[in-house]
Amino acid sequence: MSSHRHDDNDHDHNAPDTGPTLRVKALETLLVEKGLVEPAALDALVDTYENRVGPRNGARVVARAWVDASFKARLLADAVAAIEEVGLAAGPQGEHLTVLENTPAVHNMVVCTLCSCYPWPVLGLPPVWYKSAAYRSRAVIDPRGVLREFGFDLPAGVELRVWDSSAELRYMVLPMRPAGTENLSEDELAALVTRDSMIGTAVVTCSKDAAARPAK
Amino acid sequence: MNGIHDMGGMHGFGPIVRERDEPVFHHEWERRMFALAIAMMGNRTFNVDQYRQAIERMPPDQYLATSYYEHWLFAFERLLIEKGVVARTEIDVVMAALRAGARPPQAPVVKAENAGDAVESSKEAAGLSEALGGGARSLRYDESYRARFKEGDRVIGRNRNPVGHTRIPRYVRGRRGVIYRDWGVFIFPDTHASGEGANPQHCYAVEFTARELWGGEYPADDRVYVDLWEAYLEVDGDAYSRDGKSSKSGSRKAIAQGRAAKPVRVRGVKKSAPPREDA
Repeated sequence: MSSHRHDDNDHDHNAPDTGPTLRVKALETLLVEKGLVEPAALDALVDTYENRVGPRNGARVVARAWVDASFKARLLADAVAAIEEVGLAAGPQGEHLTVLENTPAVHNMVVCTLCSCYPWPVLGLPPVWYKSAAYRSRAVIDPRGVLREFGFDLPAGVELRVWDSSAELRYMVLPMRPAGTENLSEDELAALVTRDSMIGTAVVTCSKDAAARPAK
Repeated sequence: MNGIHDMGGMHGFGPIVRERDEPVFHHEWERRMFALAIAMMGNRTFNVDQYRQAIERMPPDQYLATSYYEHWLFAFERLLIEKGVVARTEIDVVMAALRAGARPPQAPVVKAENAGDAVESSKEAAGLSEALGGGARSLRYDESYRARFKEGDRVIGRNRNPVGHTRIPRYVRGRRGVIYRDWGVFIFPDTHASGEGANPQHCYAVEFTARELWGGEYPADDRVYVDLWEAYLEVDGDAYSRDGKSSKSGSRKAIAQGRAAKPVRVRGVKKSAPPREDA
């Protein structure tokens, strides 16, 4: 667990804790005492989703699809099998992963209007905005307005497809590869891919500086 | 249920606020809450459909006023008490002790080497996957469950308004769509949440035009795809008579009576292992 973050609720152990802190502590205490959970297993879950699983996973998949057309075909046909090729496993909330390809004719955007369903294995845990009432309500009725709010105007002739993750399918968008990236390596390409572009609320851009930057 | 959580198409929630470099967890309690919920679903104390339903049962004013992981906390505590895992009095006693500064005894925290790998190990992950609603892939492709619909079929979202858990959003009820893809067989959340069984059936991506959902002034090119279980759908008979075609999907008698056709077991096909019943 991170010891670097200043957690307002926990900085003074002698002060009475308010809000959820106390209640969660009490529940964890009780469940540990009853032998229903193990602190080490809880720590491992936190570590996995805080540090080991995140959008960098999805970015690797996108970059591979950009450089390898046959991988892209396999990804679009069976995403669960394909992501194993880049060392990922379709774990919790990703067992029924589908990748949606953005093209000049079609732009895809993903939401879960009912709760927060999100493709954890490739994107990690969802950001607060994805789970917000504002996004969940507007994504299906005003997706073009949402995209404008995120900073880009979808041209009128492009078909916009919004995918509401109401069942067990989890969606990841394969954004279009930006122009000017022909000379970049796969790692450099992956570094360009943002989380929002894999949700569908952004596109991947490549500035001249980014094209010149060495791979991390 | 027709709860506040069913937000698709609502107005008035304002701009989408985004935090720069947002951390995965904002507070330590959120980390613990996340892990506790996952772990207790992993050990089958409750299933993910029950968990979602418990969140949906939050009073609407509380739901809107609290943060995401506070929703989890509400649902978690409620389910633990309803299932008799902990008693309210136990929680009160421990909270009082914590408030008084007492540090209750805890099992020693042994941080195993590569603890994260343990979670990713295939067996644990598979169990966790299934517990979190991923379901078994074998169920998904189980051919003994015949699909009532096929790609291209014209359907209508049924106007069902159950008080229990359901995953058909209000904005598609009574709306005409087209079967875009048959995703296969999945446990049915309505009955899985209520304890009435897994009731596996086909689930489809259904394509709705924005104009059908929201009105004629919407862009003709925009579409919304919603994943809907077979029981949520009925045949759009009017579409077929308009087109001068007959519907070949499903039993005619069932359609005429407005019932979902029961999944048909294909004779002679060996049924795979029965789906897991909820704990």
